Amino acid sequence: MDFNLSDEQNALKDSLAKFIDRDYTFDHRWKIIKSAAGWSRSHWNQLAEIGLMALPVAEADGGLGGNGVDTMLVMEELGRGLVVEPYLGCVVLPAALIKASGSEAQRAALSEGLASGETLYAFAHSEPGQRYERNAVATTAAANGAGYVLSGKKVSVLGGDAADQLLVSATVTGDAAPSLFVVPATATGVRRLAYPMQDAQRGADIELSNVEVGADALLGERGKAAAAIEYALDVACAALCAEAVGAMAELHKITVEYLKTRKQFGRPIGMNQALQHRAVDMLMHVEMSRSMAMEAAVACDNPDPSARAKAVSAAKTLVSQGCRYVGQNAVQLHGGIGVTHELNTSHYFKRLTMISVTFGDADWHLGRYGDTLLAAA
Amino acid sequence: MDLNYSPEQLAFASEVRAFTRANLDPEVARKVLEGSRLEREDYLGWHRALHKKGWVGVGWPKQFGGTGWNSTQQHIFDEVTADEGAPQLIPFGLRMVSPVIMAFGNKDQQDYHLPKILSGENWWCQGYSEPGSGSDLASLKCKAERDGDHYIVNGQKTWTTLGQYADWIFCLVRTSSEGRQQEGISFLLIDMKTPGITVRPIIMLDQEHEVNEVWFDNVKVPVSNRVGEENKGWTYAKFLLGHERTGIAGVGRCKRIVKRLQHVAKQAKSNGRPLIEDVRFRDKLAQVEIDLRALEITLLRVLAAEAEKRAPGPEASLLKIKGSEIQQTLTELTMMAAGPAALPYVREGEHGAADVPWLSDEAFRFASGHYFNFRKTTIYGGSNEIQRNIITQMVLGL
Repeated sequence: MDFNLSDEQNALKDSLAKFIDRDYTFDHRWKIIKSAAGWSRSHWNQLAEIGLMALPVAEADGGLGGNGVDTMLVMEELGRGLVVEPYLGCVVLPAALIKASGSEAQRAALSEGLASGETLYAFAHSEPGQRYERNAVATTAAANGAGYVLSGKKVSVLGGDAADQLLVSATVTGDAAPSLFVVPATATGVRRLAYPMQDAQRGADIELSNVEVGADALLGERGKAAAAIEYALDVACAALCAEAVGAMAELHKITVEYLKTRKQFGRPIGMNQALQHRAVDMLMHVEMSRSMAMEAAVACDNPDPSARAKAVSAAKTLVSQGCRYVGQNAVQLHGGIGVTHELNTSHYFKRLTMISVTFGDADWHLGRYGDTLLAAA
Repeated sequence: MDLNYSPEQLAFASEVRAFTRANLDPEVARKVLEGSRLEREDYLGWHRALHKKGWVGVGWPKQFGGTGWNSTQQHIFDEVTADEGAPQLIPFGLRMVSPVIMAFGNKDQQDYHLPKILSGENWWCQGYSEPGSGSDLASLKCKAERDGDHYIVNGQKTWTTLGQYADWIFCLVRTSSEGRQQEGISFLLIDMKTPGITVRPIIMLDQEHEVNEVWFDNVKVPVSNRVGEENKGWTYAKFLLGHERTGIAGVGRCKRIVKRLQHVAKQAKSNGRPLIEDVRFRDKLAQVEIDLRALEITLLRVLAAEAEKRAPGPEASLLKIKGSEIQQTLTELTMMAAGPAALPYVREGEHGAADVPWLSDEAFRFASGHYFNFRKTTIYGGSNEIQRNIITQMVLGL
């Protein structure tokens, strides 16, 4: 039991915090989200210089071998700065998938571009009508000589707009469980519809129409990807929890500041007890969420998948509830200005809301946690 | 950062568990696990066993006979003993007045009182609240007038928990009406056997005698029983409340209740199936478990920060609010699990389980009583609304 950070972790947190404070103000971000791409390659490269892209990649594969807590520290800062560069979608998630499923040679080959930040990967997994189901994959992979032909539709692919390579989940004809394939985004038969998302991050829907790939496109073993997908989505959920804590804490701070400065009836509105107690309850959500983000981060390195799943779903349930409470009430306490686009309040609110419904909302994770109670019965 | 127990901490947990199983009276454990009421001797037997082992001064520094355990060890001790059905150590002496005596008492007071608190020879109760002074504690009126080497105390204290068992009471009394009301309060240690003290029971909504009124009628208290300076008692009172904070979250006890609730939810039937399979109930149980885990980690963060002499973070003040809410939710869920078995009012001794064969599960005998009893948790120790006022001022700066 130890809540201390190592010197390396403190240094990482500090350099990232400096980057956010200096190069990622609300004005910087405004310009970035209004640009055609919607994110900034030069900021991306700065993050790579700090070492973020190499962080979740194993040392054996040329990375820094960071653990769940390292990712937590990074995501918390990115949340505080509302960073839109696709770190979760194009680094955290693919790194976890590649680590958990790739052969030694594949890990080495794929990790190089990942760890340098030069190659963007995205996980094309969610499908129309499936909500949060993790292993019901309707996209098909039909054997085609030594290779495969992929067909199907993927939706809300994080970073899918910019990805060079897609990690596609698909079920090989006759298999009970899905497989993973590495598919170049420019391959013949891949059509993507890129779009900005509600929170100004970018994503894409992707259609695969008879996309031919070689045998070497299969990541890991055929029909054995379920565990890697579960792992990677748990890692992503833990990362989202940490990002939410960074965003929630900042939004709470902004709101308390507003309560001190906004005057009505000749005095600061923060003198009203109804608003004071709301601000306290928001703080409670922030601190309870912070505790559970730690729980989830540590759980990502737990070799027991059921213990990991239980801790991550506990965290994602509580943090999603926190996102909702802190987000909605920050807007409410700001009054009219809170529902405008010009103030950062609404931007935090939208990001928190999207986090709460990404990779399982509070109800879905509460159900997954509840299933563990049944299993123990 | 690591939220898992180390091998040394796990070994410590095993040691605590083995000791508890060997030294805790099984009859007392049964009462605690089932939730029936405890007598003075039930508390004291366990207290003496711990004292003999040198484990009663949890959180005390070694120089005063404490265990010298770090915050994680203290938490493990709390969790494991609660899980085994040990009664809660009565906090008034060990966790409330002792830190005040250690920090502000003189050597005579330390030498006389601390060993008797450790041994269990003296049972303490708390004289803070008065009928007209609840949340506004500093408005208290119980008066102590100087008469040579004595104070003459007149007035009334209330909500005195287990005062019927107490040998001593620590009291906030008014020694001055000049200036700010906080600046006229002194902290007195009073022997309950002193003539002029009357203890009257208050029967609570669960029909149990847990709290009392304590009346003072010309009670003579030696000036040497005052802790620290005259009219500085408010400072000591607030110091004491700070020490009350972490214990009041009740995490160890909550974990025990959750475990029991999981068990009964598998035994009890709902529409012919185990209750745990009812998704509406299971969601509620899952939610409170998750909230409790978040509280536990937050508590550990606070304890770790305090142990390292870092200033307690904002999370410290949240423990009371969240802990009391979770305790209430757990008692409510247990009552819901009972279904129709929640209706009868049964008391230990009057109607044993044998007298009420229609109750399907003994686990539910005290379910509703606890639900009613636990409404106190969001009121005592500073109501949750007062806690929110404190956080507003001290943390948010509003």
